[in-house]
This record gives sequence, structure tokens and C-alpha cells, in this order.
Amino acid sequence: MATKPELLIDAGSLADMERLIAAGADAFLIGESRYGMRLPGDFDLAMMGEAVKLAHSHNVSVYAAVNNLMDNDTVETLPAYIRGLAEAGVDAIVFGDPAVLMAARAEAPGMKLHWNAEMTSTNFATANYWGRRGATRFVLARELNMDQVIDIKKNTELEVQVQVHGLTNIYHSKRPLVQNYFQHQAKNGETVSVPVYGRREDGLYLVEAERPGERFPIYEDAGGTHIMSSDDLCMIENLHELMEVNIDSFRIEGLLKSIEYNETVVRAYRAAIDAYCADPEGYAFNEEWLEEIVKVQDPSRELSYGFFYKEQVY
Amino acid sequence: MEVVEVKQVTTKTAPRFTGKRYRLDKPELLAPAGNLEKLKFAVHYGADAVYIGGQKYGLRSNADNFSFEEMKEGVEFANRYGAKVFVATNIYAHNEDISGLEDYLRELEAAGIAAIIAADPVIIETAQRVAPKLEVHLSTQQSTLNWQAVKFWKDEGLPRVVLGRETSIEEIAEIKAHVDIEIEAFIHGAMCSSFSGRCVLSNHFTDRDSNRGGCCQSCRWKYDIYEDDIQMVGMDADKFTMSSKDLCMLEHIPDLIDAGIDSFKIEGRMKSLHYVATVVNAYRQAIDSYMADPENYELKPIWLEDIQKAANRPVNTGFFYDTPGAEDHIYEPEDKAVPYDFAGVVVSYDESTGLAVVEQRNHFKPGTEVEFFGPNGTFFKQVVGQITDTSGNGLDAARHPLQHVVMKTEHPVKPMDMMRKRVR
Repeated sequence: MATKPELLIDAGSLADMERLIAAGADAFLIGESRYGMRLPGDFDLAMMGEAVKLAHSHNVSVYAAVNNLMDNDTVETLPAYIRGLAEAGVDAIVFGDPAVLMAARAEAPGMKLHWNAEMTSTNFATANYWGRRGATRFVLARELNMDQVIDIKKNTELEVQVQVHGLTNIYHSKRPLVQNYFQHQAKNGETVSVPVYGRREDGLYLVEAERPGERFPIYEDAGGTHIMSSDDLCMIENLHELMEVNIDSFRIEGLLKSIEYNETVVRAYRAAIDAYCADPEGYAFNEEWLEEIVKVQDPSRELSYGFFYKEQVY
Repeated sequence: MEVVEVKQVTTKTAPRFTGKRYRLDKPELLAPAGNLEKLKFAVHYGADAVYIGGQKYGLRSNADNFSFEEMKEGVEFANRYGAKVFVATNIYAHNEDISGLEDYLRELEAAGIAAIIAADPVIIETAQRVAPKLEVHLSTQQSTLNWQAVKFWKDEGLPRVVLGRETSIEEIAEIKAHVDIEIEAFIHGAMCSSFSGRCVLSNHFTDRDSNRGGCCQSCRWKYDIYEDDIQMVGMDADKFTMSSKDLCMLEHIPDLIDAGIDSFKIEGRMKSLHYVATVVNAYRQAIDSYMADPENYELKPIWLEDIQKAANRPVNTGFFYDTPGAEDHIYEPEDKAVPYDFAGVVVSYDESTGLAVVEQRNHFKPGTEVEFFGPNGTFFKQVVGQITDTSGNGLDAARHPLQHVVMKTEHPVKPMDMMRKRVR
């Protein structure tokens, strides 16, 4: 038996959490959009309490997403919010703005803190820097390759979380770019009125002329405009490479996916993790795990290895 | 630093806050310098500090970038004017970038660099440890938007934070009210439309790492926007883009000073010598004019006109007053051609003869309409008369880059004065 890595996913509601727990999730990243970035649903503090009760009764963890870039107004409300999260019993707070670290130190000493700055968490020395300032976990940027991921894990005492499945955010602006664009078109007579397009449920995507097959989802929310990758990361075939070096947490990004899709993906990774941990030496990848995912995968979105086996230049 | 008494004033673009002022001295004017020559001109035209890139750890891997020798020369030149030189070490490092960092930072310190501009904690911390004379300024790449985060970095020992470009004037004033620290803000130039550091379009489109200097400006590309399988606007319509207009806060200097911003930063390490000198010149005059007499300050239209002679880019005020809207983005095809070309630099001037030696930077000839300008807004127009080489041989045109051409100027000029010509 090897120590099992955690299988972490986001969820939009308590009902979704129940289904994902049944499928094999070990931990959830949830929160409300005032404080958390790109969440599939809003959990206010009362619902957070419910979520924690539900999760803990299944021995599952709940991490609160407080990873927005904060403005002054939001900072004023952070102490009360963080106290509320502590009272709700969340297992950790996920942050990307030092303001949250400051508030958590003051309001919830002892609370576990996960440093998640998306694209900018790129080396082990930075992991250790945040570790010395109170972070217990380092959430890696998705734009790292396997060697870099392994080196970070080898050179830090912090828990290391790696995304293994789903889309990734590739661009985040505070500007309402979709609305701006349609306003511009309305002015030019291209559209009759300015539609309230651009919400997540509108399903808009961008296509660049030289990459006709690639669809980049784009949507707006109170946090601004988000553009997402055209492919879905899928590391299930090679998950053992990450398990061999004891990566602590595997993240599935469930955003913009149906609950059925996410259940399928969680089941597949659950099976792979359980099989590996039962017998690391005898472990073999089972093609059926991937086949189940492929059955529910949107054919316009490629399943890819992301940056795990890529060389980047600059 | 010089301390100037300033009374609270109300301008047309009135500050929305009153009460305590958090600074009384002149803000620093901080200019980009893509190479040694640009550094010298930026300083000569009035920059209090310049920021440059070295051979490593900077976000402009395509720029000229300075060797340590060039840095030393730049620092020496700047120091003669009382100006400082900062180095951008603003990448987000990967594991393999860490070796060599200590030596690099020690070299910067030895070269007399005043500060580094850094985003990644590994660079911040290493600099504090191995090069204590280097100030560390937090880069805009950290997208710092609130006073609590600013306070965090102050507690970490940083004397200055470059704010994210999403902060408003009001928020900046609040930050200054909460934290006693130097605040630097971009006030002019091209802008990331994303939160800085939170864009990996280049990584996805071209395998170039944007946070290590590989940005290929995919935000300026054109995109079709679809819902399901349906393209949402006609084929001939302007396409979708994230491309932002450039920032220009020249008309709002009093608001920026009143908000307490300590350093006014101009973007553009890739920009031309003509551009850097012109923009610095305009802001220098505006700042000095306001500080000299805030109550009677007036924006001079010529400052804006001058900037437009060096860069024909649509401009806006970013997030300073409001969230940018439809009119703040560039959907139409751009006409980037500038109305004036940089034509030459004055090398020397002989008062007795009224003859200047001009180093050629673009074709000109007898009959060309030109403008001479220098620091502090010195300016005159003339038509080029007879020109000769330095041996007195007549020339029909100045054709060769860097050739020295002798010509009569209608008013006295000084070395490093510039000459531009109208082209459209």
C-alpha cells in the first residue's frame, strides 16, 4: 500500500457534491464568487457549513476558494468572511492574494492555507517562500513540464497539488471584453441591440484564423473576462508518473462540464489511484478508464497532456 | 528629496477625495530605456529614473538589453543628472532559472543599479539576501490591487510596489492612506489587457512562455466569436480582440499627484529613441509646471501634440477613472504611421557661425520642413537650408544613417537636441 494522493474537484451545489463523493472524490474546492475565482456555483457561508457537514460525514475535505485578486472594498470584508469560513469548519483556505494570508493569520490562526496563484506558481523556491509565510500547500502552474513538477515536489516540504484533468484558464482580464465587443458591434449596426451575452451559460468561444479546429471558451462574470484552453488536460494514462513521486493532490477542473462528465472523470481517476496504491509495483494502466472518459468527451475538444511533455521557449 | 509645499487644489477633473495629503514632494518620472542611447536621452530629457533589462530574468527577451558594462556606463551617465537606474528582473522563474541568480544580482549591485523590479518571491528574497544595496520594487506582474497586499510587501521589506493596472485613482489614494510605502503606477504606454502575469495565451498558441519574456501579443490578434456553431457577427464586421488602447494620463497629472503616486511610470522598453525623449519631455514639463504653481496649473496642448508626433496610437485612461468600455479597445484596423519621423540628433553647435553638426537618423535634404526640440520644451520649426559634410563639401541630401551633416539652424541648439521632419 502506498499513501493515497487526494482526488480534488470543484462542485457547484450540494447535490453535485453528493454525486461526486459517490464517484470517489476526496476533496472539494468550493466558495462564492465574491472571493473565489471561476467557481461552478456559489456557496454562501451557511451552505459552506452544510457542505462541510456533508463532506466530513464521508471523510471528505472542503477547501474554501478565496483566490480572487482582491480590491480594497473586498479586503474590508475579509476578516469576517474568514472567521465565517473557520466557523463553518472548512479544512483549508485557498488563496492567491497576500491580503488573504494577512487576514487568515489574524482571524484563523492554525487554518491550513493553500497558495494558488494560477500561472505564477512556477518554482520550488517560491513554494518554500510561501511555506515559510504560512502556506501548507503549493498549487502548481499548469504551464510546467513533468521534470519541473517532479523537481518542485522533491525540493519542498509543502503539499504539492497538480491539475491532472480538465480545461485551464489561459487569460483573465478585469475588463468586460465580450460586452464591450458587442457594444462596439451595435454601434456599427452589426447587431440590433446589445445582447447580455457572455455569461458562462451562453457557451461562447473564440476561434483564431490560423487554428480553425481549436475552440477557446470565453465568458464573463463579476471577476471579469475569462478565456479557457481549447483542450482538456487528461493525465490518466500517465498518472503513475505523478504517483511515483508522491504528488499530494490531483485536481480535476470541473468547470464548464456537466455533472455526468465530472462523475465519469472522477470514477476513472479514482480507479487508477486505488489500483496504483493497492499495488504500485504491479500497477498497469487500464485502457477502459480512458475509454469511459472518451465516451463523454466533447469531440471538438482534444484530450491532451497539456504542458507535461512540452518544451517552451521564451 | 526636494520638498515642495503644495496646497490642496481642485481641478476640473476634480479629485473625489479631500483631507490629508500623503506626499508633498515631486513624484519621480520613470522612463523605459531599451538600450544605452535611449537611457541617455531619457535622462537628458528629464527622467528621474530609468528602467532597463539585463541579459537575463527580464520580460523583454527580444529587446536589446544591457550588458553589465553598458549598465555601468548608464549608471554613471544617469548619476551625473542625479537620476537612478532600475533593472527589470520581472519573470516568474522556473526551477532551472534559479542557478545563476545570486551572481546576476550581485553584478547588478556592483554596477550601481539602484533597484530591481521583481515579481517572483525567489528573486525578491535572493536579492534581499545577496545584494542588500539593491532596492527591490514589486513588479506590476504581481497584480497588486489592494492596501492589505501592499502592506504585506512592505512588511517583507520592500520599499516600493508597482500596482496592478486595474487600480483606480481613488483606490490608489486609499492604499496611500493605509500604507506608508512608495507607490509606482503606469501612466503612459501600451497595456496588458489581462491582469499582469495572469495570461498564458503565448504559451498555448506558440509554446512561448509569456511570464519569462516570450509574450507574442496574442491579445492583439483577431478572433471570431461563436455561439454553438454559429459565428455571431458578419464576416465583414470587426473581429473580436482583447487589444487595449494605450494609456495616456498626461491630461490628468494633478489627479495623479493628488492621489499620492510616488513614481509615474512610462511603458515602452521596445519603443524608439524619438518616442522616449518626446514622452519624457512632455510629462517632465507637466509635472514641473504643476509642482511650481498648482493653483494656476494649465495643461499645455503642445505637450499632447508632441506625444502624437512620436506615436500615432489611440489612447485612454485605463482603469484610473472607470472600468474600460467598448471605446477603450482597438477593433478597427490600425493606422500606426506617425506624422513625424525622427531625422537627426544635434552633436555640436557653433555659436559664432550658427552652424550645427547633426547626426543623421533619417533621410533629409535642403527644403525639408523640420522641427528642433530639446529638454524643457525648447522648440522651433525651420526649413533645412544648405547642408555639407564635416569637411564642407556640399550635400544634396543626408542619406546615410549616423553621418554627420553640417547645417545652419535658425536658433541656437544644444547637443542631444533632436530634429524631426514632417512626413504626412
